[in-house]
Amino acid sequence: MNANNLNNSKAQTIRSNDDLLLCAEREKDRQAQYKQNLFVCMGTACQSCGSTEVLKALSSRIKDLGLEKDYLISPGGCQGNCSQAPLVSVHPQNVLYQNISPQNTNDIIGSLKGSPIKELSCDNQSSFFARQTRIVTEYRGLLNPERIEDYIAVGGFSSLLKVLTQMSPSQVIQEITCSGLRGRGGAGYPTGLKWSTVAKANDSQKYVICNADEGDPGAFMNRNVLEDYPYKILEGMTIAGYAVGANQGYVYVRAEYDVAVKRVENAIKNMQRLALLGNSIGNTSFNFNLEVRVGGGAFVCGEETALIASIEGGRALPSPRPPYPAESGLWGHPTLINNVETYGHIAPIIRNGSQWFANIGTQKSKGTKTFALSGCIKNTGLVEVALGTTLREMIFDIGGGVPEGRKFKAVQTGGPAGGCIPESQLDASIDYESLKSLGSFMGSGGMIVMDDSSCMVDVAKYFMQFCAAESCGKCIPCRVGTVHIYDLLNKITKGEASLEDLSQLESLCDVVQNTSLCGLGQGAPNPVLSTLHFFKDEYIAHIVDHICPAGACGPKGQDLRRPACVL
Amino acid sequence: MRVVTLTINDQLLSGRDDETILQVAKAHNIQIPTLCQLDGLSTWGGCRLCLVHIHGSDKLSPACVTKVTEGMVVETESERLNKYRHTIVEMLYTEGNHICSVCVSNNNCELQSTAQNLGIDHISLPYLYPSRTVDASHERFVFDPNRCILCTRCVRVCDEIEGAHTWDVAGRGINSHLITDLNEAWGESTSCTSCGKCVEVCPTGSLYEKGKAGGEMVKHAEFLTYIEEMRKNHK
Repeated sequence: MNANNLNNSKAQTIRSNDDLLLCAEREKDRQAQYKQNLFVCMGTACQSCGSTEVLKALSSRIKDLGLEKDYLISPGGCQGNCSQAPLVSVHPQNVLYQNISPQNTNDIIGSLKGSPIKELSCDNQSSFFARQTRIVTEYRGLLNPERIEDYIAVGGFSSLLKVLTQMSPSQVIQEITCSGLRGRGGAGYPTGLKWSTVAKANDSQKYVICNADEGDPGAFMNRNVLEDYPYKILEGMTIAGYAVGANQGYVYVRAEYDVAVKRVENAIKNMQRLALLGNSIGNTSFNFNLEVRVGGGAFVCGEETALIASIEGGRALPSPRPPYPAESGLWGHPTLINNVETYGHIAPIIRNGSQWFANIGTQKSKGTKTFALSGCIKNTGLVEVALGTTLREMIFDIGGGVPEGRKFKAVQTGGPAGGCIPESQLDASIDYESLKSLGSFMGSGGMIVMDDSSCMVDVAKYFMQFCAAESCGKCIPCRVGTVHIYDLLNKITKGEASLEDLSQLESLCDVVQNTSLCGLGQGAPNPVLSTLHFFKDEYIAHIVDHICPAGACGPKGQDLRRPACVL
Repeated sequence: MRVVTLTINDQLLSGRDDETILQVAKAHNIQIPTLCQLDGLSTWGGCRLCLVHIHGSDKLSPACVTKVTEGMVVETESERLNKYRHTIVEMLYTEGNHICSVCVSNNNCELQSTAQNLGIDHISLPYLYPSRTVDASHERFVFDPNRCILCTRCVRVCDEIEGAHTWDVAGRGINSHLITDLNEAWGESTSCTSCGKCVEVCPTGSLYEKGKAGGEMVKHAEFLTYIEEMRKNHK
C-alpha cells in the first residue's frame, strides 16, 4: 500500500475531534462548490405524493442542461407541513416550494437564476414555521438523511467525541439530570434518573434500546424523526451506552416504517465505516455496536417489557414490573430503554449545555416536544414546540385552526391512552402535568383535531375498538373488559343503551384502568372517561333521546333506533 | 436472604425477603384468590385476582410477583378489591362457555370455587357466547376450549417441567387461544409425551381425561411441589 492510500484510509475513519472537524470542513467545501442546493423532501408523506419522481426529474433535467456543477439536487428531510407535499426547498435563498410535480421541473430550474415562483411558493415565515422551537428537528430539511457527512458538517458527533474524551459517565448522567429532560415516550419519567439506575446496576453486560415502535393512531413523530435524523438518534444512543456502561444497542422499529428502517440501517453502516461505532470509538476504550430489530406491528410492543420479549424472540407479552428493565431487562441484563425523541435530545444537550435546555419549557417540563398534527386542521404535519405552549396556540396559530365553515370541537392527545380535550380547556399549556390533570396524556405526541361533525361517543368507540384489537390477551381485564366496554359503546351509538348500561360502562372503566397488567390496559378506558367527563351530554342524548347530536352515528336529529329503510 | 416483618390485614407476620406477598400470606393461612399462579411454576401475573393494596402506593400490586419488604403494610381485602375481583371473575364467565352442571370438573373447579368464595351468584355482564371447537383427538385426554380461562398453567408446565412445549397461545386479545404444536390437532402432536401434567394443573374442566362424567374429574397438582423440592435438592 503506498503512502497516499494509507493517508486516505486514515482519513476515512474518525478517531478524534480533529478528524471530525476535517470531515466537516471537507463537506462544507463540497457544498460551497455549488451555487444553490435543492432539497427534495423524501419523507413518507412526500414520497407517497410522488417526490421520488420530482427528484428524478430535477436531477435528469439539471444533467441534461449540464448544470450539475452549479446546482446540487439532494434528497432532503421532512419540512413538517406534510399537507402541502411534495416539497422542494432552495438554499441559500431559503425558498420553499409546495405541491410540486415533475411538470414544475423546468419552471423551478428556470427560476433558480431569477426570483422565486410566487404561485408555487410556500410561506416559510408563516406562524406554522415561526412559532416552532427546534431541537430534535434542528436543520429541518437541510440534511440529506442518507449522508453522514451532512450531519457532521452541522456539528454532528461532536457531542459524542466530547463525551468520550472529556467527560466521565457520571458527568454525562449529571448533565442529563440537570437538563430536566423527561422521557418523550409519554409517561415523562426523568431521563437522568433512568440512566443513573441503569449505570448503577451491577452487571458486566448492559443494553441500550431505542423504542421506535410508534403505534398510536394519528402519530408519526418517531417515524419522521428517525427518517430525517437517524444519525442524531444513534449518536444519542451511543452517548447513552457510554453513560450507562452498555456495549450493545438495539433500535426497535416497527416493520411498517420501511423508510425509517432503511435509513437507520444505512446510518449504522456509515457510522461503522467511520469508526463511530465498533471497538475503541474515538481512540478510547469504549466499544459500542448497534443493530436494528424490526417489530411485527403489534401495538403492545411499544410497552417496554413486551418490546424486550419481542427482541428476545418471544411473544410480545408484557410482564409485571418490578423488576424494571433497568434492573433486569433484555436477556435478564440491566437495560436502558428510551423513546426515539428522548435520544434525539441528548446530542444537543451535551453540545449546548444542560442550562440552555433547562431554560426552554416550563418549571417541570423542560425542552421541546414534537407533535403530529392531524385530523380536521388546516396545516397537518409535524411540529416541534417548546413545552408550555398552549393548546390554543398549537391548534389555531401553528395548525391554522379548523378549515373554514367548520367548528372546533375537541382535540385528542396521547393516542389510545389519551383523552379528548374540549374548547373550554384550550388555554391549558402542553406539558406532562397539565394534560394529565385534564384526563389526557402527553403520550408520544399525536394530536387529532376534531370538528363538530365528530361524535364523542363514536370517537371513544373507535379508540376502544383499537385497544381491544391490540390487547395482547395476557391479563383478563384488558382482554375481556375492553370487549365489554366496546360492546356497551356500540350499544349507545345505536341508541339502544339504558342509563344502567352507562353506569356499568363507568364501573368497567374503573376495573380495567386499575387492574390491567400494563399501560395499554390501564390507559384503555381514558378516551371513554375523558369524553364522559367533558361530553356527558352526548352520551345522555344517545341514551335518553336516542339521537346523535353530531350526526355521526346516524342522520342528525333522527331516532337512532329507526331502521334506515323498511322496504 | 434476610428475614423481614410485615403487616397483612393488621396481622404482624414474618417472611423471607425473597418471598412474595402471596407466599407469606399462604404460609399464614391468609387466602388471596388467584387462578394463574401455581406453586412450582413460573409466575404469570395475568389473572389480576391477587391484586392487593400496599400502604404508600396508589397502585394495586399483584401479590404473586411482589416481594415482601421490611415494614410493608398490606391489605388483601376491601370493598374496592372485592368489586374488582368480582368483575374479573364475571369477565371469565362471559368470555367462555361455562356450564357447571354438565362439566366434568363440577365441584372440583377452581373457577367455580373462586366465584363461590367471592359470593358471585349471578353474572351482570352480557355473555359473549364464543364458538369454540372441542379437540378430542388425543387418545387419553380432551381439550375443551369453551372452559379455558387462558391461565397458561398448561403452557408453563409443559414447557418448564415436562420440557415438551406442546402447548402455546396463538391469537391476540379476545381471540387468544391455546394451540398444540403448530396449531395441529392434539392427537397428531409429535411433541406431546402424553404425560398428563397439563390436565392435572388445569384449574377448570378445560383439560380432562377421557371417560370422565360430570363432576368426576379431580385434579392433582401437588406433584409440582414434589418436583420442585427434588430439583432443589438435586442442585
